[in-house]
Amino acid sequence: MTGKISGDNSAVSRANKALLYVIVIGFCAFTTFPFVWMLLASVKPLEEIFGRNFLPINPTFENFKNLFTQMNALRAFFNSALIAVTSTVLSVLFCSLGGFGFSKYNFKGKTFLFSLMIGTMTIPFVVGLVPTFIMMRNWFHWIDTPLPLIVPGLANAFGIYFMRQYMDGVPNELLEAARIDGAGEPTIFWRVVTPVVVPAMASLGIIFFMASWNNFLFPSIVLRSPDNFTLPVMIASLQGSAGRTPYDLMMAGSVLSVIPMLLVFFGLQRYFYAGITAGGVKG
Amino acid sequence: MTETVTIRKRAQPKKRGSWSVYPYLFIAPFFVLFCVFGIYPILFSIVLSFQEWNGAPGAQQFVGLDNYTQLLRDNLFWESMFNTVTIFVMHFPIMMVAGLGLAVILNQNLLRFQGLWRALIFLPQLTSMVAAGITFRLIFEGQSGIANRLIGYFGISPVPWLDDVWWARVAISILLVWAWTGYQMVLFLAALQNIPPELNEAAMVDGANRWQVFWKITLPFLRPVMIFMLTVSVIGTFALYTEPTILTGGGPIHSTTTPTMEISGQAFANLKYGYAASLSYAYFAVVVVATVLQNRLTAWRRS
Repeated sequence: MTGKISGDNSAVSRANKALLYVIVIGFCAFTTFPFVWMLLASVKPLEEIFGRNFLPINPTFENFKNLFTQMNALRAFFNSALIAVTSTVLSVLFCSLGGFGFSKYNFKGKTFLFSLMIGTMTIPFVVGLVPTFIMMRNWFHWIDTPLPLIVPGLANAFGIYFMRQYMDGVPNELLEAARIDGAGEPTIFWRVVTPVVVPAMASLGIIFFMASWNNFLFPSIVLRSPDNFTLPVMIASLQGSAGRTPYDLMMAGSVLSVIPMLLVFFGLQRYFYAGITAGGVKG
Repeated sequence: MTETVTIRKRAQPKKRGSWSVYPYLFIAPFFVLFCVFGIYPILFSIVLSFQEWNGAPGAQQFVGLDNYTQLLRDNLFWESMFNTVTIFVMHFPIMMVAGLGLAVILNQNLLRFQGLWRALIFLPQLTSMVAAGITFRLIFEGQSGIANRLIGYFGISPVPWLDDVWWARVAISILLVWAWTGYQMVLFLAALQNIPPELNEAAMVDGANRWQVFWKITLPFLRPVMIFMLTVSVIGTFALYTEPTILTGGGPIHSTTTPTMEISGQAFANLKYGYAASLSYAYFAVVVVATVLQNRLTAWRRS
């Protein structure tokens, strides 16, 4: 969209351009405002949160202090991080392996297995919700542990599909050359292919990390004791507490849950967009 | 001699047979996990949907189609369907038009700081819906909420955002538009990048104006993405859980209770595992029918 089209800028009058700015900035204000409101509320005492002032009169870090002393937020933060990091690293590894298998080999039943895998993507999560819970409770005794939130998602269809697309772009000559040098198949995967597909792994990893970090439905069902809560479950659990809802603590907790994602986003924006669009444009 | 032998040995793996076990090994993790955590629960769910069970070991009772007949007479089931359709109709068109409009604007190299605007619009996608839901509760709070104060500046009287059946649905829809427009925009932007610039230029040279280029060239190109978004949004709206749970708690009077909330409520609050399983199959059926209809419709319009 360069060249002639941008040379065409003069055709867009100043007034029109101003209008476009108003639309875009207006929408940005809409998307950004709740973050600003969250941040401001997190440093306001409870009475001020329901007060009429936009800015805090007595800005305070008391909410954060209380969050860490009363709610064991550090533990929740750690639980969230542990689950998100473990599941992300292992999922990316297994999906890369699966993508590699589907992309670079011919084997009996490949087409059938691949279609079967793609087919599973259309089954809504909620269909298996009740039985999965029962399995976790009666068979594995995994209730109130991080395992139900890590293990079932370790190899997922979307991830394998995503990695396969990317592996298709890795030249076969590279693999052949390694084979002639006597490398075994696992070595080829680890030493030859993995380094080439790091960007795709980063994109996929970000999607997995984000999904795990923000996950709420299943964690809220399988995690029972406050010591095992993840951040979203901890924040939501405050809502049920007796008396007035402690919005001051909840806002501080929300800020705490948003900050890591913002840091990851601004550090790795490119990979975010790459991962997000891969599902859509091809799908 | 030894030299040639080793070379032959090294060259051997080129033949298919000797390494054919590896691809199966590589894809095994997915299929093992899929059997345990995918196929099994889905089959178990079918069995469960013909049973009555409170979760106590050995207390399962076969009840035939009872769960399904009960479901058809269950007002909460129909209400949750109605809520989903309503919320979908309220938010999807706005989200789609906004996402498309913003993508088209930001695809033109007309404005400064494009990357910044794109990032700001995308930002809600990163947020946990628990955090977002609570923040929106505060914003929509009836007495002191900033939303009512803002519309007050324009002389509009306060709105009972979370205390009225219809306004609660509007509030959920606003939250969804907030959360998902950035996603739509990023998808549209990627699709717009795939349109060959020569096509637009050729049309412009032929004397087409910007609107004609948009209707005749851009939109048809975006069609696959739009169909994808429609499918994802239908499934996503049926799967809605966190947003209404946090923002409205499903209320007032079940007006924002969604299928997934209904299923988890029946299972984990009422301990009706069998009934919850039959509900999940009913919703699954509806989603399948909707997807098939949609595919038919798009195929029909294409021909």
